[in-house]
Amino acid sequence: MTPRRRRMLLIGSVLLGVVVSAGLALRAFEQNLLYFFSPSEVAAGEVPSERAFRLGGMVLDGSVEREAGSLTVSFVVTDYAHQIPVTYTGVLPDLFQEGQGVVARGRLDPSGHFAAEEVLAKHDENYMPPEVAEAVARGREAQGQ
Amino acid sequence: MNRVGARQAVSSRTRPVLSGLMPSLPVWFHRWGSPPHVYRLADRLRPWLGWIAALLIAGGAFAGLVLAPPDYLQGDSFRIIYVHVPSAYLGMMAYVLMAAAAAVGFVWRIKLGHAVAVSAAPIGASFTFLALVTGGIWGKPTWGTYWEWGDARLMFELILLFLFLGYLALRAAFDDQDKADRVSAILAVVGVINVPIIHYSVEWWSTLHQGPTISKLDSPSITMDMLAPLLVMIVGFTLCFAWLVLNRLQGQIVERERDARWLRQLVTERTR
Repeated sequence: MTPRRRRMLLIGSVLLGVVVSAGLALRAFEQNLLYFFSPSEVAAGEVPSERAFRLGGMVLDGSVEREAGSLTVSFVVTDYAHQIPVTYTGVLPDLFQEGQGVVARGRLDPSGHFAAEEVLAKHDENYMPPEVAEAVARGREAQGQ
Repeated sequence: MNRVGARQAVSSRTRPVLSGLMPSLPVWFHRWGSPPHVYRLADRLRPWLGWIAALLIAGGAFAGLVLAPPDYLQGDSFRIIYVHVPSAYLGMMAYVLMAAAAAVGFVWRIKLGHAVAVSAAPIGASFTFLALVTGGIWGKPTWGTYWEWGDARLMFELILLFLFLGYLALRAAFDDQDKADRVSAILAVVGVINVPIIHYSVEWWSTLHQGPTISKLDSPSITMDMLAPLLVMIVGFTLCFAWLVLNRLQGQIVERERDARWLRQLVTERTR
């Protein structure tokens, strides 16, 4: 009985130690594990000015403008509280759309303009057939009017 | 005291304690720890698991790839969900099973516990690998990238693969099986913390990976015609996993019990 109790205690204390240390480590690394910053965090000045970082949010409806004859695109990333204007030259992912999520890596210039070197599309956890999506959009419109 | 007397003395000491609440528990526990019993049970279960899994996976794949409607945003590329989600879920389940079995083997010195853990490890590693690969294939057309270093969900899933491989590598480093069982069990238990971290990573940190779709039981954010094939695939993959584990477990039992009389009898019965 005693050796078995001892082994049980050993496994239990190992597990407890791991849980506690993982919890502390994850708390300490919380900021570093953030994959992107939101426009509000950028506006609050929580973002390094010299270093490249990732900006995440939604592409503001009606904000996408393509420069004629080049791959340069400008759009506005918003979290519906703050907005950051972004420019990017390159091929956009297929899912890049107005009203959809986006994660852009780049630098912020002093004027508050974000120059992106890479743009990734972020989609949400909702899946539905096109007809349902249309119905949802119609419903939203009807509610809005 | 003669032998019979000693046995009676032992049974009269243990019986009143155990027979009060759960008279069948010691029998139950003994059976599940008994290699010949589990070997024969696996023999009976294996064909059922294998065939039902094959049917469910074939039906679920057809329903998911042909019958389910395309996604409004991702079109047909969302259909990889029918492989990606079951694989990712089973990778994590396999780890929990491995850690729990190894802990039981460690605490109660039940060899079968370690045998189950060893059986689950390479299969869990394979499903985790499959989840990482299908995730990359899915990520390219939707996110625009196969892999993002720094995304918490992706990183911890990669760590899960390394934990499986580390468990197997650690075992391989010992010549003595008992020692390999005991030491690797501790690694298995330590690594189990990674499983809840993977699950909650998309809620705790901002990630490129989207949040949970179907584990929100009250309102899954997927329509029924898309969800039903996914649930069929999850059940099919789980049965397939059980089938694979039982196959390997039988091999483990044969290897560990190679000198046992019951096994020699079984072999002569079957080769006759």
